[in-house]
Amino acid sequence: MVGNPNSGKSTLFNRLTGLRQRVGNYPGVTVERHVGVLDVDGRRIELVDLPGTHALSAHSAEELIAIDVILGRMPGTAAPDGIVAVLDATNLYQGLYLVQQLLELSVPLVVALTMTDAAATAGITIDIDRLSARLGGVPVVPVVATTGRGIDTLRIAIAAIDKSEPPLIEPAWPALRDAATRLLDGTAEPAQRVAVERLLIDGPNASNQALLDGLGADATTRLRRAQDELFGLDPPLAAEARARYAWVRAVLADVQAHGARLAGWRTRVTDFVNRPLPGTLGLFLVMAIVFQAVFAWATPMMDLIDDSAAALGGRAIGLLGDNAFGSLVADGVIAGVGSVIVFLPQILILFLFIILLEDSGYLARAAYLMDRAMRSVGLSGQSIIPMISSFACAVPGIMATRVIPNRRDRIATILAAPFMTCSARLPVYALLIAAFVPDESVGLLNLQGLVLFGLYLFGIVMGVITAFVMRQTALRGPKPPFALMLPEFRTPNLRTVMIQLLGRVRVFLRRAGTVIFVVAVVIWALAYFPRSALVAAERDTAMAEAAMMFAGEELAAAEADIDNRAAARQLEQSFLGRAGKAVEPVFRPLGWDWRVSSAVIAGFPAREVVIAVLGTVYAVGDEADESTLTERLRNSRHADGSPVFTLPMVIGLLIFYACCLQCAATLAVIRRETNTWRWPVFAWTYMTVIGYTGALLANQLL
Amino acid sequence: MRIIIILCMSTNGTTLEGLGHGQRGVIRAVDAQCPQVQRLMTLGLVEGAEVVVAGSAIGGDPLELRLFGRGISLRREQARHFSVTPVGSGD
Repeated sequence: MVGNPNSGKSTLFNRLTGLRQRVGNYPGVTVERHVGVLDVDGRRIELVDLPGTHALSAHSAEELIAIDVILGRMPGTAAPDGIVAVLDATNLYQGLYLVQQLLELSVPLVVALTMTDAAATAGITIDIDRLSARLGGVPVVPVVATTGRGIDTLRIAIAAIDKSEPPLIEPAWPALRDAATRLLDGTAEPAQRVAVERLLIDGPNASNQALLDGLGADATTRLRRAQDELFGLDPPLAAEARARYAWVRAVLADVQAHGARLAGWRTRVTDFVNRPLPGTLGLFLVMAIVFQAVFAWATPMMDLIDDSAAALGGRAIGLLGDNAFGSLVADGVIAGVGSVIVFLPQILILFLFIILLEDSGYLARAAYLMDRAMRSVGLSGQSIIPMISSFACAVPGIMATRVIPNRRDRIATILAAPFMTCSARLPVYALLIAAFVPDESVGLLNLQGLVLFGLYLFGIVMGVITAFVMRQTALRGPKPPFALMLPEFRTPNLRTVMIQLLGRVRVFLRRAGTVIFVVAVVIWALAYFPRSALVAAERDTAMAEAAMMFAGEELAAAEADIDNRAAARQLEQSFLGRAGKAVEPVFRPLGWDWRVSSAVIAGFPAREVVIAVLGTVYAVGDEADESTLTERLRNSRHADGSPVFTLPMVIGLLIFYACCLQCAATLAVIRRETNTWRWPVFAWTYMTVIGYTGALLANQLL
Repeated sequence: MRIIIILCMSTNGTTLEGLGHGQRGVIRAVDAQCPQVQRLMTLGLVEGAEVVVAGSAIGGDPLELRLFGRGISLRREQARHFSVTPVGSGD
């Protein structure tokens, strides 16, 4: 299935295959591979939904995949037996450009004419028979994917695709075909000839290297001579566009008639948001709603998950006993799973909004509206959605950078994304601010709120500076062309939204979930082992003494206190505590003691565990209420008796937190999306150095 | 008043950048040497195509055009490379 972006291709694909589809990846890249199964009259047909593309010349990684599959040069994927060309009835002009290129392949082809309802509303009438004749006699099936009209006819046409004749069509640009045939010594099949035509137009690149090698020893020279003859001084892509669009205009004049456009609500909405000021204000409103939803709506669910995980852990300890295995199940496995699914409410809501915005056609408009602002920092409008997503979690943010066609822009955005204040940073900010920033008013504003806002702003500024500096240095390069289609607004299709939502959540769980879980278990082990028999014995003695001295509620309180102190001492001599003490000299200039150092080390693979570690290390239990922990932090002293948590130290700690890339899941996703270890290693080092320096400066200078 | 209109015509009437909001024009020539422009040509902004300026983002950049009823956005620096013949003002 091939078609322009926003041609209704995915909706049609979901309508044809339903839930009988698999989502995988093309080898070596992060482009998703959607394969569905279609059953017609007992025949099983495998349908592949290719990424949307405007032409057979690639502009982004996704388009390149689509083209490689169509031309049969994708390793491990056979050339298609037939093509379902998805043609948007409201956009024949661009659609026919691609269809024409596909027809020249002489592969059996069916045209699915989508959005015929929208075309009727827009006053467009299309002569189907004449269109079919113009396209070399291929079947043209009008469908409405959202309601299912025409789907059965399309199914039957697809089933008959291998029995149908390949289309016969005059080339739009005969000279190009002749040049390709000459390069092939006149012996080629149509598909191979088209591949050579692409070689002539796009020039040699990684995808067509094998083809060029197959053309013989002097192929490069012959290719260059053919290109000179064919294009002269004209850029090949421009020459191709001129030739093919001339053909498209002739077809359009023949098959399409425009009536009066019925002004619907879409037109009015479009006209309204087209105006610069309402459009921009509208965008801010939409962003505010997404934020509100991600944070406010998700909180009750997250609290519920947190509490359930804690209760379940308690039950497990009760059932299995307070030993290594019980602790592994409760504090390792259950807490680990809990720390994964606690993200789900936010992720679900975030994905839901992004998919809704994408399917309604608003995302492109957001990119258009923000382009100027993003350009001033060296990015483009398409970077805005990844940045916004990263306020919930950098993982979906970085995955969302796939829409950015230019690689340099994309990597600059990936490097900026982890600076955005993600939801895992928030609890640490909240704790430290509540403990050390006075709860007083500054004018109309609250000082604590102001500091929190400042931290958000700080993250944005750091991200923007990073992107800007990278774009001027390591990622320096020519300004990528900006060309953005702005689709009409349309009501998202519930079915398509749900299928996409499920798919994306599954990907998140697989990519981030597994990493977060493993990290949780590893940190548990480092904080649990080795166990000190001495501490355990002393605990038992203290317990026995308490049992003699207290009774009832007093006894329970005393026992809890003894347990917490024992846990703190066990942690102190655990691998984690020892590591904290070992690196204390490194963090000493920042004003940290071994306790803070241990918590920060534990937080490096997953920053959200810091609070639990602080809770244990300050002997208030890992599920302690904040006020007790706050009290302990305030009273914490260095060996020389000076307080640990001074204001400069706390500011430094906040800066450290705002900067550092303490998230293994983000590193794994950067590795996956950039396909090299270079960028995650760079991002981690760079952000840690900045965080350390910032904390050092704050502690020494303030 | 008349002079102002003539000035507008002479400075703005020749490229896509100079078309006013709601104004219609047919692309007369494209300076295709600029790589920024070739992608737009693949998307259909070629000689003979009729476009309407539908609006712009805040600050007047990027522009939004309607090309055969479909919205397409490009930056002003790219719009400069398209010469157009204005064909009256559409609404």
